[in-house]
Amino acid sequence: MNVTIVDYKSGNISSVINSFREVAKEKVNIEVTSNPNKIKSSDKIVLPGQGSFKSCVEALNNIDGLSDTLNEFTLINKKPLLGICVGLQMFADIGYEETETKGLGWISGKVSKIDNQDGKFKLPHIGWNEITIVKDSKIFKDIENNSHMYFVHSYEFVPNDKKVISATTDYSTKVVCSVEKENIFGTQFHPEKSDKSGLKIINNFISL
Amino acid sequence: MLKNRIIPCLDVKNGRVVKGINFVDLKDAGDPVEQAKIYSDGGADEICFLDITASNENRDTIYDVVKKTSKKCFVPLTVGGGVRSVEDINKLLNCGADKVSINTSAVENSKVVIDSSKKFGSQCIVVAIDAKKNGDKWEVFTHGGRNNSGIDALEYAEQMEKNGAGELLVTSMDRDGTQVGYDIDLMSKISSKVNIPVIASGGVGNLDHLVDGIKLGKASAVLAASIFHYGKHSVKEAKDYLDSKGIPVRI
Repeated sequence: MNVTIVDYKSGNISSVINSFREVAKEKVNIEVTSNPNKIKSSDKIVLPGQGSFKSCVEALNNIDGLSDTLNEFTLINKKPLLGICVGLQMFADIGYEETETKGLGWISGKVSKIDNQDGKFKLPHIGWNEITIVKDSKIFKDIENNSHMYFVHSYEFVPNDKKVISATTDYSTKVVCSVEKENIFGTQFHPEKSDKSGLKIINNFISL
Repeated sequence: MLKNRIIPCLDVKNGRVVKGINFVDLKDAGDPVEQAKIYSDGGADEICFLDITASNENRDTIYDVVKKTSKKCFVPLTVGGGVRSVEDINKLLNCGADKVSINTSAVENSKVVIDSSKKFGSQCIVVAIDAKKNGDKWEVFTHGGRNNSGIDALEYAEQMEKNGAGELLVTSMDRDGTQVGYDIDLMSKISSKVNIPVIASGGVGNLDHLVDGIKLGKASAVLAASIFHYGKHSVKEAKDYLDSKGIPVRI
């Protein structure tokens, strides 16, 4: 099996690569590429993302044929994809970081700034927070409710259809921190930095 | 609920830990990778390396340390010390650091923070502020505490937030190494001034100091070096203690 981590120059993805290689050992081949042909032939895709919504979308669109390939992989071939952090946020129709930017539109909704209640909550939301699992998700197999995950973000994904939400976390409001819609998975937190629980989520995704 | 973080810090010189945990079962007490792994297995919320390598020809040793550590520790890794440019930050991130802390160069050239937070995102840019009390204010020092910039630490903290820092690592130079506790006044003033998380550093001698840093100093995270060295306290003991004092921690 081939799992491809999409390297579209969205910032630092070393930790994502390291954690997937740690979990995959020799059983699964982990590729790191932005080459559309290699992505087409892989079994699963990981879409990381750091920096702003706008810079990630721009970086993705800068690579010829990449967004078409991702659309085909996810929407037509319906193969599993995991978006992490801004990787998840890009599932939305639209994001409001820096300026209004169109997203991939795979899960309808928007990405807006977390309401910090006039400074009562510091942003970015950085650190370990508990997740509340609100529906069974394949990537949460053997993950206990209220497990701690590592977060770093100031913006949140607000999907229109609440049924896609698989977990939330409390920070000012109930922030959506995991989604599952058919073959599309996403986490706002960083499983690659969330110690044993995070590695288990990665293993669950690889084992799908 | 968001938890307060405990961050053990290791001083690394020429690729070796200067002061470290002195456990009998350690194969190599000077190996930063092994020490970092002990911390992360023990429940550290993040690991911090401070590179204190003095000579330029040995500066590359930290890259190797970061590369090896990031393959074994799956909690966030912050690396600081001698970071001069956007290119230095890029190299550390590519080696597997999750955050880079910038000290002297943030004072000397504001573009380093502005450009790097734009390029890599604020989440990985930590500005380290070394502050020393002078009368009723604090001044920012650079070059490992040798040079006084004369800049007011509170105004500087606010400016760094504007420039794109994701967190501030605030060290009281008056307290560093004294083990008498954080400069609570400094921590709480800076924390109230900015809307980004503050990591308190400098002066921890016992577990109550960690409690004070969070409760009184309003820090989001507490960094400590020496209390975790030589096995005086484990990270787990520290967390259990904070928990017993009603501070939310990840256990």
